[in-house]
Amino acid sequence: MGEKVKAGTFVRIEQILLQPSERAPKIPDDTAKVPYMLWINGFLTADGETGNEVEIKSLIGRKHSGKLVRVNPAYGHDFGEPVAELLRINPRQEKSGKGGVL
Amino acid sequence: MKDRSYQAVTARKNEIMKASMGIDYDEFIITPIAFDYEKMMHKAGYPLDEIFSIQRQTKVADTPLFELTGITKELRKHCAPGMGARIFLKDEAANASGSFKARRASVSVFEAQKRGYAGVVAATSGNYGAAVASQAAQRGLKCIILQEVFDSRGMGQPEILEKGRKCEAYGAEVLQLSVGPELFYYLLLTLEETGFFNASLYTPFGIAGVETLGYELVEQVRSRIGKDPDVVMVTHAGGGNVTGTARGVAKAGAVNVKIHGASVDLSGLHMASDRDFNRKSFTTGHTGFGIPFATWPDRVDVPRNAARPLRYLDGYHLVSQGEVFFVTQLLAVLEGIERGPAGNTSLAAAISMARDMRDDQVIVVQETEYTGAGKHPTAQLSFARNNGIIVRTGDPADNKPGEVIVIPEHLGQIRAREYPLSELRSSYLKNVLRIFPDYVFTEKDYAFLAEELRMSVEGVTREMASLASHL
Repeated sequence: MGEKVKAGTFVRIEQILLQPSERAPKIPDDTAKVPYMLWINGFLTADGETGNEVEIKSLIGRKHSGKLVRVNPAYGHDFGEPVAELLRINPRQEKSGKGGVL
Repeated sequence: MKDRSYQAVTARKNEIMKASMGIDYDEFIITPIAFDYEKMMHKAGYPLDEIFSIQRQTKVADTPLFELTGITKELRKHCAPGMGARIFLKDEAANASGSFKARRASVSVFEAQKRGYAGVVAATSGNYGAAVASQAAQRGLKCIILQEVFDSRGMGQPEILEKGRKCEAYGAEVLQLSVGPELFYYLLLTLEETGFFNASLYTPFGIAGVETLGYELVEQVRSRIGKDPDVVMVTHAGGGNVTGTARGVAKAGAVNVKIHGASVDLSGLHMASDRDFNRKSFTTGHTGFGIPFATWPDRVDVPRNAARPLRYLDGYHLVSQGEVFFVTQLLAVLEGIERGPAGNTSLAAAISMARDMRDDQVIVVQETEYTGAGKHPTAQLSFARNNGIIVRTGDPADNKPGEVIVIPEHLGQIRAREYPLSELRSSYLKNVLRIFPDYVFTEKDYAFLAEELRMSVEGVTREMASLASHL
């Protein structure tokens, strides 16, 4: 059983656009063996359930159907971790024109 | 309902393109190879002053030019006496949506509005998507952006995820797709279903929009130091940045300025590979676009590409991912601005080239782009490490795309590798022979190819004969 989701919730749906057998010719093997997929975010037009087919309205008002895969899909990207190799860069700290690494 | 299969949709390419752009390319086509490039740029484009006025309506153009005095000063410690050119930077991040791509999008979206389209569509994982979305928002048009985002594990580059977020912030519908060249198939389908305008990167509108960049930078250098720059360094991917900038520089009458292109070296990684997709730490400005687009521009979503880099390039340079990350940090610690990283490809190449120029010469890095979550060296290097890439300090010569990113130890190690233009020209002609195997070439074709490659007609004929004998 999936999670029940109310109409009007911002969600992400998934569609399989092309099965591996329907994909473009001459693509690398690793790409050719997986389906070609689409994800779209939008507002649920009726109550739904994760894992089920639902309909959404996108930010420009177009309707799309697909499998409900995420509720309130997060913008998960961030600044990552500090990278010491970068933080050591500072030519003004160099002693002799060489070796910017502190 | 029309057939939605891959074969059926791609077979409808020409009619879909025509309906979605309102440009009749047949008017410019001379032979299957040759076409009247200048006529196309003239008829389908706009004069420079009109472009400026279109752009100023939507917060584009008039970006600042900074002299990078801190970097120039440190660089000269690594130069022979009297060497080390002054480096200037055009801060294109100041355009609406944060990159020079706003120039490219501005004229297309204006055109779409003028022709009465209800919306615009663009297929791009880069800054261009945000630019189209921002321009469409200002002109009250609907916007759909198609992005190649996720590999089959559902993993996406942080840089692309950020662009998707930005497009949504501007009210666009974002179609996030998995890895593969079928992006073009789905673009066609979307254009057909919506009847929207194809805001392709490669129309005359897009390229004309970049001409203001080249024009402005020449004017700014002149007013600052009373002479023209010696070199303009341009990050090269699809070719539009080089083409538009060079045309603008020429329109400013700066005839002696040399136009150089720079790309990040990603040789060895396959651009359509599900596995390789997330083993690269740059999603643009790299050789995976730079070389194919220079050596066969018409591989795009329009019948004839308005971006023709080999008509304008005076030199082409490759830098490593590690070198670009290094100069991105340098820009922060010596100049106090965070930009890029991908847009700093040209900064890395310019630093390398400035070392071999006199200290009274001027090199202009012609763009920056905004930085933010996902689109930042720490985000991209953390992502690389999580994907099994080694990140370490050392000699940039040890960089191996998809395996090792080596951050240089000091400024003196920034050394771009020159990629000979003769090789690009030769690859271009090889592509022509491969794409048109049984074609009988005419004088018109040779004349077109000579113009396209800045060679003599005799030179083209000789080289083609020699290549054909080796095929």
